[in-house]
Formats: sequence, C-alpha cells, structure tokens
Amino acid sequence: MKLVIAIIKPFKLEEVRKALDEMGIEGLTVSEVKGYGRQKGHTEIYRGAEYEVTFVPKLKLEIAVPSESVNKVVDVITAMAKTGQIGDGKIFVTPIEQTVRIRTGETDDAAL
Amino acid sequence: MQALNRFLLFAGAALAATATLVDPSWAQEAPAAAAGAITAPELTVNKGDNTWMLMSTVIVLLMTIPGLALFYGGMVRSKNMLSLLTQVMAIQCIALIVWFCWGYSIAFTTGPEGFDQYFGGLSKAFLANVAIGAKVETFSVGVAIHELIFICFQATFCAITTALAIGAFAERVKFSAIVAFAILWPTVVYAPLVHMVWFWPGPSAIATAPDAPVASGLIWGFGALDFAGGTVVHINAGIAGLVGALLLGRRIGYGKEPMPPHSLTLTMVGAALLWVGWFGFNGGSNLEANEYAGLAMANTFIATAGAGVSWMLIEWLFKGKPSLLGLVSGVVAGLVAVTPASGFAGPMGALVLGLLAGVVCFFFCTAVKSALGYDDTLDVFGIHAVAGILGAILTGILVDPALGGAGVVDYTSCAKDGDITTCDTAAYDMMTQLIAQTKAVLVAIAWSAIGSLAVYIVIAVIFGLRVSEEKEREGLDISEHGERAYNM
Repeated sequence: MKLVIAIIKPFKLEEVRKALDEMGIEGLTVSEVKGYGRQKGHTEIYRGAEYEVTFVPKLKLEIAVPSESVNKVVDVITAMAKTGQIGDGKIFVTPIEQTVRIRTGETDDAAL
Repeated sequence: MQALNRFLLFAGAALAATATLVDPSWAQEAPAAAAGAITAPELTVNKGDNTWMLMSTVIVLLMTIPGLALFYGGMVRSKNMLSLLTQVMAIQCIALIVWFCWGYSIAFTTGPEGFDQYFGGLSKAFLANVAIGAKVETFSVGVAIHELIFICFQATFCAITTALAIGAFAERVKFSAIVAFAILWPTVVYAPLVHMVWFWPGPSAIATAPDAPVASGLIWGFGALDFAGGTVVHINAGIAGLVGALLLGRRIGYGKEPMPPHSLTLTMVGAALLWVGWFGFNGGSNLEANEYAGLAMANTFIATAGAGVSWMLIEWLFKGKPSLLGLVSGVVAGLVAVTPASGFAGPMGALVLGLLAGVVCFFFCTAVKSALGYDDTLDVFGIHAVAGILGAILTGILVDPALGGAGVVDYTSCAKDGDITTCDTAAYDMMTQLIAQTKAVLVAIAWSAIGSLAVYIVIAVIFGLRVSEEKEREGLDISEHGERAYNM
C-alpha cells in the first residue's frame, strides 16, 4: 500500500478527481493548504501598505492505493494537474504500514 | 434684486436659535433706536422643509450605523472586527445623550459674557426652554423648521464626528477609554467648535438690524464658510484622531507584520452607505428643501465621483493596480472635501475639488504616512483632516459666482427694497474669503489638537488609553468584549 500526496493548483482538482475516478480509485482526501516552492508569492497593497504574500494557496490530495496501482495514479495526476507553468505542484509517495476500514474492521488492501 | 429665499450670510448649517427665539429683544432693540424700525416677519414652518430635515436626519444616522461601522470594521483584522462595531454603536448612543443633555445647549445658545465666541451656555441644557412646537429660523428670513428636528439632525453630526475620530487608534484602544471619550470629547471639543462655526443670530436678526454688531461664534465672525462641516466635522475628527494615534503609539508589529483589511467587501458596503447618507448630511445642512439642497445633492454626486476616479487612476499609475480600497477611499475623500463646499460651489467647481481630493489624499495616505511613520490605523487624518482642509480652503474660491458658485447672501441688504424676504448676494473678494477660510482652518486645527489632547490626558489618568500587549495580540473582540465576529 502506498500513500500518494499531491500538491496541486486548486482549479485542477476536478480534472484530477475525474481521471482518478475513471481509473477506479474510490476515495481521496483534499485539504486547502498554503506553501511555496519555486513559485513566488505576490504583493498586496492596501492604501500604500505593501505586504509580500509568500505562501500560495494550493490543494493537498491524499490518496491511499494498492502498491501495484501507484505508478498509474502518479501518471494520471501528473498528466491532469499539469499546466506547464511554475507552481503546478509536487507528488510525494510514501509506504503505508496498515489500513483499517472503521465500519467493518477490514484491513489493508481490502480496506482501500 | 434676486428673489433669494435662501441661506446664510457667511456660516453654514446654523440656526437662528438665539436671537429670534431665546432673546428676541436683541433683534428689536437696535432698530428701535432708528426711525422706522424694520420688523421681522413671523416664522413660518413649511411641511416640505420639515419633512426633508426628518429624512436627512435618519439617513445621517445610517451613515454612522452601519455605514461607518462597516467601513471601518472591514479594514481591521478579523480579531478586532467587533471592537470597531461596538465602539461605533456605543459612541452613537452616548454622543446622542450628551448632545440632548448639554451638547446642543453648548453649541447653539448664547454663551457667558466674554466667552460667547467660543462656547454657548446652559440655557437649553436637558432641553430646558425647548417647547415641542419651538421653531428655529433656517437661512431665509421668516422660514423655520421645528427646533426638535434641528436638535436631532445636529445630534447625528455629533455622533458621527466622534465616531470618525476613533478610527485613528483602532485595534489597540481600551473600550473604557472609548466610553469616556464619547462623553468628554463632544462636550469639550465638538460642541464648542460647532458654536464657533455655526452659531449666529439668524437671518431675521441681521435683516432687521443691519447696522448692529452680530453676536456670533468666532469662526462665523471671520466670515468663514463651512456648509456642512469641513472644519467642525472632518478637520476636527481628523486632528483628534491624529493626536490620539500619536499618544497611543503604533500597533504592535506595525510595519513588520502584515495587517491587511479582513473584509473589503464590508468596507465597500460601508462606504456606499456613507455616500447615500451624505446626501442627508450635505443636503440637510441647507435646512430647507429648496434649490440649494439640490445644489448640495448635485455636488455630493459629482465631487465624490471625481475623487473616486482620480484615486483609482493615480493608484493604477503609481502602484500598478486599481484597488477597491483605493476606489472607496477616494469616494470618501471626495465626500469629505465637498462637505464644506456643498451648498456654495457650482457642480463643475465641485468636480474639480473632487478630482484634487482623490490625488492629495492618495499622496497623504501613502507617501506622507509612511515617511512620517505614525500609525493612523484607518487614515482618519490622511482622509478626513486632509480632504477637510482642502475642501475648506477651496470653498473660498469655488463659492465665487464667476466660477459657477452660489455666492453668499448679504442679510444686511434684505430690508433695503422694502421686502425683507429678498436679499442680495454679497460682493465677492477672493483674498478676503481665502483669508477667512484659512483662519477658520487654523483655529479648528488648534482647537481640536489642544482640546483633544486635554481629553486624552484625562482619560489616560483615569482609565488608561491602551490595552495590554497580551490583549492587543489576542484581539480586542475576545479580550475586551468576550465575543468573536465569525464563528465558522
């Protein structure tokens, strides 16, 4: 089992979700996050008071998948979230030790 | 002779509260000495004028609550939103009580011998000697509205002026200090300045005794023009705010931490309500529903529009983007600048005034403020004092009939043709008028600065002005009021 964590541009969420749904991924978690990488923030000016806004709003997707699907999931996210501009985001993949479906008590791949 | 059924010799929204009502003997003694004394016509109340003033009064209330409260509240951080709303509403309530109980009397009655130029007396304190049907003369000989309406109208001015000032030290002031300020400042600073600018004996008193000395407030006596409160309201509030901001010091983290407005949506709603209410403020200051109320309305449209556009364009040019906060700041700057000029300037003069106000206030709120480093939280000085001064001075030029202005009425001329209700326009001299306007501005600045300083010192000794660092960091909503604006 792998956990795929993807930081993407907010407006790309629906395209990514639809493509993952079509390949049979049955669930994902989304959070609104802020951060920065190579993409610069922006300047906000209020009556002459200038603020550098470093952190850029992004969405963080967390998707737990069987190990054999992970490459395909990463490929789908990469394809769908890409605009080619700086700030498209990143994907991280980490192993999962254990999964439990709370309602039934099923574990691991059966719980995904 | 023009059929001038209209206002003022020199001052703005003042009334014949004294000579014609409290002390009618003043008006009649002087001419009695001369042969063939001129008699004043009986005061007549027109229901149209009364209605306009009733309407104007409630829409000026709308300017403060929720207009000013939202305009200010949207500009602070969300942790201080409720503190602004509470402060403005509390000031509205307290200042109204102060006005009815003694403020009105200090402003609009004859003062003690020797001090009458500076403040009035207590003959109408707690509305003594104000009968329900009492009348006050407007700016036309023999035309009156009911005094209770005038008291209410002026009460809303007292409240909004006091509430305007506190924006300069928002996000760090104690609520107890605000409550004390709402009692002391209208009493010590505001009401006397109203007396100086707007207290005069009224049209009939001057028309019937054209050669007698006029017992008026100091600034009225300069011949200074202030139609709806450039000196009384805006310079006064702006200077009081600046003095307070300097005394309290900068907010923690000012210039280091970001302090962006938490809801420009609400600020826009507030500014829009201010604009709507301002028609009551400026139009109502005419006291009659006649062509000069129409002029005030036209000017309140066109100057405001000009200032909004000029701030927007200059910000676009110098800062790269036209911001909503810039646009609404320009609108408010235009409203402030046109206030003293609203019944005097012609509409094209008012447009020029508005265009200038947007540019000048933009410069003050950006370059000057950051260069001097003072923390006037909501730019009460940069917008209200600066646009107030600009408007007050330029009123002296724009009133010129040659520039489309309304001119000023010479009440001493009213009776000359045998019809006391028609008066001539006084001869206009630009230098004379500009000197009068400048003196008015300087006296208003000095009075507000010294009087406000005294008020702050008293409050500082009794309650303290500023919350603790811990409370300021937590936000005044929780630390002063035990509530938060948004539970989401």
